[in-house]
Amino acid sequence: MMNEKNLTIGSTVALPKAELDHLLADLRSNGYQTVGPRLQDECIVYKEIESLQDLPRGLLSEQKPASYRLIQTGQDRYFDFIPAGQSWKQFLFPPRQHLFSAQKNSSEVHAEGHTAGRNTKWQIKADDAPTPRYALVGVRACELAAIAVQDRVFMRSDFTDPIYRARREGLFILAVNCLHPNATCFCVSMGTGPRHKAGFDLCLTEMDDLFLVEAGSELGLSLLARRTYELPSAFVQTAANRATELAAGKMGRSLDTSDLPGVLTGHLDAERWNQVAKRCLSCANCTQVCPTCFCWEAFDKTDVLGNKTSRERVWDSCFNPNFSYVFGGNTRPNIRSRYRQWLTHKLGAWKGQFDVLGCVGCGRCITWCPVGIDLTEEVAAIRQEVKA
Amino acid sequence: MTLTPKTQQKPKVAVYKFSSCDGCQLSLLNLEDELLDLAAAVDISYFLEATRTVKPGPYDVGIVEGSITTPHEAERIKEVRQQCKFLIALGTCATAGGIQALRNFASAGEYAKTVYAHPEYLEYLETSTSIPENVPVDLVIWGCPVNKNMALEAIAALLQNRRPRFPPSPVCLECKRNGTICVVVSQGIPCLGPVVHGGCGALCPASGRGCYGCFGPSSVANFNALVQGMQPRDRYPNETATLLRSFSSAAPAFKTAAELAYKLGANPASAHGGKETL
Repeated sequence: MMNEKNLTIGSTVALPKAELDHLLADLRSNGYQTVGPRLQDECIVYKEIESLQDLPRGLLSEQKPASYRLIQTGQDRYFDFIPAGQSWKQFLFPPRQHLFSAQKNSSEVHAEGHTAGRNTKWQIKADDAPTPRYALVGVRACELAAIAVQDRVFMRSDFTDPIYRARREGLFILAVNCLHPNATCFCVSMGTGPRHKAGFDLCLTEMDDLFLVEAGSELGLSLLARRTYELPSAFVQTAANRATELAAGKMGRSLDTSDLPGVLTGHLDAERWNQVAKRCLSCANCTQVCPTCFCWEAFDKTDVLGNKTSRERVWDSCFNPNFSYVFGGNTRPNIRSRYRQWLTHKLGAWKGQFDVLGCVGCGRCITWCPVGIDLTEEVAAIRQEVKA
Repeated sequence: MTLTPKTQQKPKVAVYKFSSCDGCQLSLLNLEDELLDLAAAVDISYFLEATRTVKPGPYDVGIVEGSITTPHEAERIKEVRQQCKFLIALGTCATAGGIQALRNFASAGEYAKTVYAHPEYLEYLETSTSIPENVPVDLVIWGCPVNKNMALEAIAALLQNRRPRFPPSPVCLECKRNGTICVVVSQGIPCLGPVVHGGCGALCPASGRGCYGCFGPSSVANFNALVQGMQPRDRYPNETATLLRSFSSAAPAFKTAAELAYKLGANPASAHGGKETL
C-alpha cells in the first residue's frame, strides 16, 4: 500500500475493483445517498445503489436516433454503457417538488364557510423535508459539463434557486471517463469530453481488472486514502490514456460550432424550420432528457372546500403549448416556432444569457426523440441552406 | 360561471349516465378521501349510482357520463341540458363517443345480429356520438376512465370561480416526470403518448405498453408525424392503426390518423378507407 502522505489532489492510484464497494459504503456511512446506474425496463437509469452489487455489468448501450438497445458484451465491466436514459438533473432539480402548503385559519373557516373573506388569514408551511445529500456514481464528462451549465442557471449572482443550491452544495461526484462513445455522441465537438478535466471528487477509468482513480478534491482524497490501492504501473497508465484518446475518435456525430449562434439566430426564416416542424411531435421528450434544460412550472393544488392548498413545482418544456401562453394568446402558436425557440435558445441565446452554449453533446435528444430528429443534422442543414 | 353562493345554499349537482360502463361514475365514488369534503361543498341532488334519493331540478352542475347511442338518449340529453346550468361531459364516451363508437366504422345492424338473438327488439342509432355533438357542453373531461382528481379539480375550480387546471401537455411529459423510460425508443413499442392529452399519469407506459389514447388528442398534436414514426414499428399488422382505432376512435384527429396508419400498413382494409367488416 502506498503511503497516504504521498497522495495529493491530482494523484492517480490503481484501485482493485472490489475496493469501490468499500468506498461506496464509506460514502453511505458519511450520510450520502449513493445513486448510480441500474437496469430498468431494458435501459440504464440512475437510481439509488446500495453496493457495487446493484450495478449492471457487461452492458454496452447502442444508441441511434429514436433507438436505445442494451447489448451484452460478455465481459463483466461496470461502465461501458454511455449516457443513460435519464440525466443527473433529476437529483439537483427534481421533476416534482413540493414548495409549500397553506391552510386557512380554522376559526375564520367556521365563520365564513367556503367563501374566502377579505380578512382570511392563511398559515403557510414551507416544505421542510430534509435536503438529500447525493453521491453521484458514474458521472460522464458531458454530464459533469451539464451540471456546470445548470450551476450557471440556478446559482447566479443575482438569483439562486435554494432547492438546487442546497442539493448542489452537498454533492459528491464520482466521475467516470467514457471509453465507448456511441452513434449519437458529440462531446468532442462541444469540448466537454470524453475525458474529465476537473470538477469531480474522484474520477475512474475502468480497466479490465482494476480502476485507475484520480483524486479531484480533498474529500475525494480522504476517501481514497482509506482504501487499499497501489501506484499504477506505467503500462496501465499508458493503456488508460490510449483508451480515452481512442474514445475521442469514436464520436458518432459532430456539430460545427463555428459562428453559433449567428448561423441560427440570423436565419429565423430558413426553410429548414418548416421542414423540421413537419416531423416534430412537439412532445417535449428532448427537453426532458436534456441534462441542461431547466424550465419548470409551479401550480397550486387546492382542495374542494378552498381551505387548503399546496404549491408544487414540476418540469415544464418550451414544447408544451401552455408554456408560452400569455394574456391574449400564445406567443409560439405552432410547432415550427417552438422547435426554433428550443434550438436557437440551446445553441444561441443561451450564450448571451449564461455565457456558455446549452448543449454538451450527450446526444440524448437524438436518441430519445420518438421520431429521431437530430439537432446536429438540423444545424448542418441550416448552415447548408444559408451558404447556398 | 361561478358557483360561489350568495346565500348559504350549496350548488346542486346531478350525475347522469348514458351509454357507458359506469367506470367514470365509479371514479367519482372512488374519491374516498375527498368525498366528505365534496358532500360538504355541493349538494349531490341526482346520482343514481350513489343514491336512490332524487332531488328535483334544475341543477347548477350536470355531469354526464356516456355517449348517445339510442333515439331515446338523443331526446333525453336535450332535457338534461335544459335542467343544468353548467354541463360537463365526463369521460371518453361523453367526449368522443367511446369504445362503442367503433360501430361508426362498421354496421351497427351487423353487430346487433351477431350479439342478439332477436335484434328486432332493439332501438339503436347507427352511430355512437359524443355529448358535445348533441348539445352544447361547458367543459369536457377526457379519460377511460377519467382521472378522479381531474373530476374533483373541475368541481373545485367551479366553486372557486377559476379555470380548472388541465395542462394540455402530452403523456410524454408525465412519463418523464415519473422517470418512466420511453417504450418506443428502448423497446420499439408503438405508443400514442406524444399526441395524447396528459392527465392519466402515464399509466400504460409505466406497465411496459404503449399509450392507446384514451385521454384523447392533445391540443396541438402532430398526428401525421406520429403515424409516420410509429407505423414502421408495428410488431403485428396495423398495430398503430388499431391503437388509434380504439377508445378515442371517433375523435376527428384519431379518425384521420387511423386512416393514414391503415394506408401505410397497406392493409386490405385501407382500400375501404380503414373500415372494419365482420
